[in-house]
Amino acid sequence: MLCLTCPCCGVIAEETEFQPGGEAHLKRIGPGGSDVEFEAYLFARRNLRGVHFERWRHAYGCGKWFLAARDTVTLQVYATYPAQTTEPPQNVVDAIRAARPDWTADWTSDPHPERNSAE
Amino acid sequence: MTTATRSGRYSVFAIAREAFRQHQGWQRAWADPQPKDRYKVVIVGAGGHGLATAYYLGRNFGITDVAILEKGWLGGGNTGRNTTIIRSNYLQDASAAIYNKSLTLYETLSQDLNYNIMFSPRGLIMLAQTEHEVRGYKRTVYANMLQGVSTEWIEPARVKELVPIINLDGPRYPVLGGLYQARGGTARHDAVAWGYARACSDMGMHVIQNCEVQGIETEAGQVRAVNTTRGRIGCDKLALVVAGHSSHLADMAGFRLPIESVALQALVSEPIKPCMDVVVMANTVHGYMSQSDKGEMVIGGGTDGFNNFTQRGSWHHVEETVRALVETFPMISRLKMLRQWGGIVDMTGDRSPILSTTPVGGIYVNCGWGTGGFKAIPGSGWAMAELIANGRPGPLAAAFGLNRFREGRFIDESVAAGVAH
Repeated sequence: MLCLTCPCCGVIAEETEFQPGGEAHLKRIGPGGSDVEFEAYLFARRNLRGVHFERWRHAYGCGKWFLAARDTVTLQVYATYPAQTTEPPQNVVDAIRAARPDWTADWTSDPHPERNSAE
Repeated sequence: MTTATRSGRYSVFAIAREAFRQHQGWQRAWADPQPKDRYKVVIVGAGGHGLATAYYLGRNFGITDVAILEKGWLGGGNTGRNTTIIRSNYLQDASAAIYNKSLTLYETLSQDLNYNIMFSPRGLIMLAQTEHEVRGYKRTVYANMLQGVSTEWIEPARVKELVPIINLDGPRYPVLGGLYQARGGTARHDAVAWGYARACSDMGMHVIQNCEVQGIETEAGQVRAVNTTRGRIGCDKLALVVAGHSSHLADMAGFRLPIESVALQALVSEPIKPCMDVVVMANTVHGYMSQSDKGEMVIGGGTDGFNNFTQRGSWHHVEETVRALVETFPMISRLKMLRQWGGIVDMTGDRSPILSTTPVGGIYVNCGWGTGGFKAIPGSGWAMAELIANGRPGPLAAAFGLNRFREGRFIDESVAAGVAH
């Protein structure tokens, strides 16, 4: 069972106290975006084997959303951090690097949404 | 090219013949070939769906220059990890068409493959345990009538008649009725993979195990080859049929899929005397149960809510599932559980599969079967073979293209079937 630390209230709790919320740092394409960009925002996912940035909500606690860096293969949680950020803070990147020196930092939204189009 | 050794036809006469010579004459069921430099079609993933795709490419389209690559062992992924439930009681027309095709193919698959897949159409009940489910399943029955899929709504008394060990009264989860499909049932999951593999090998196809794809070569938007742990293998067409690892392979080809991978788990009890001869699914509590031929109670549970590649599952989901099932089936409360395992399933937003062309010419994907792929194996292979052979989807696959996500043409089965597929 996963144990997560809620960065909002500081409680360390088991995963049953939290609600998973999917991939983090997705960049919403604003008014004027193309259908392709909007489709990528809504549906295209990295779904990585390895370091994964994701959203969680402390559903049976303080109720607030936060973000986590977690490994989808080992289930190791590298760090949790507040959701009010567009990219992982340096201490989170450092924590991942400490455990996974070979890790290439990348949390970007799909840079090439047009490549997902099958006609 | 060396021709594959034919495995010989299985029959009562073959058994009698072998009995007289100490069973010395049985051949390997499928060959273990060295990969060639090039194939017309390369299929990644020798699970049920990949092997069925290859089989119908050969049988329906005469394409036999095919390799099926498997990173582990044959049928060692979700094909060997599911709870073997077969049914076609889906709500949407597109789903009913492909799942019912699949069920129809399953009914004669042992004869087609000359391999006993132990198909057991013992009947299947989806329990309605809330008023919402009663309305939902009645709606499905009406939809199935229009689709020509035979299902019926049954009242609690009939449920009790079919499943004497059930407790109808709850109190948390009362049984208010059920969606019954008499044609539904189970099959031996390994045998489905083995039967298809043997038939593919007999047609001269190469089933190559321990061969992991590590890269996909493309040139001017067209697939050229795959790089594997057993060397570079060229191909005209490439099919990715790898369930939970679809995103990983799509990434090698340079595109992203609307898929998230999560762990789904199951467990089996110690074997007991026959006590339940139908499959019972309880979607409200995310539990489903059948009894295997060995007497084990096979129990399927829910999925983890987060991205996960561990093939393990988690304790609290086992507890939730079993706690609820014990109320509905009080006699299982003292059963010891023998094994628990997990598989990595590929979930789409609308809980329907993807059979599609991709942005890269010559690459086709078959994925997104999520928690319910086993039942779909023959129909999926049939539709996928048509897609690969013609380069465009036939009637069964047409609705399941990737473009449905842009166009908003979802095939919304999450409402129809709950979590348990």
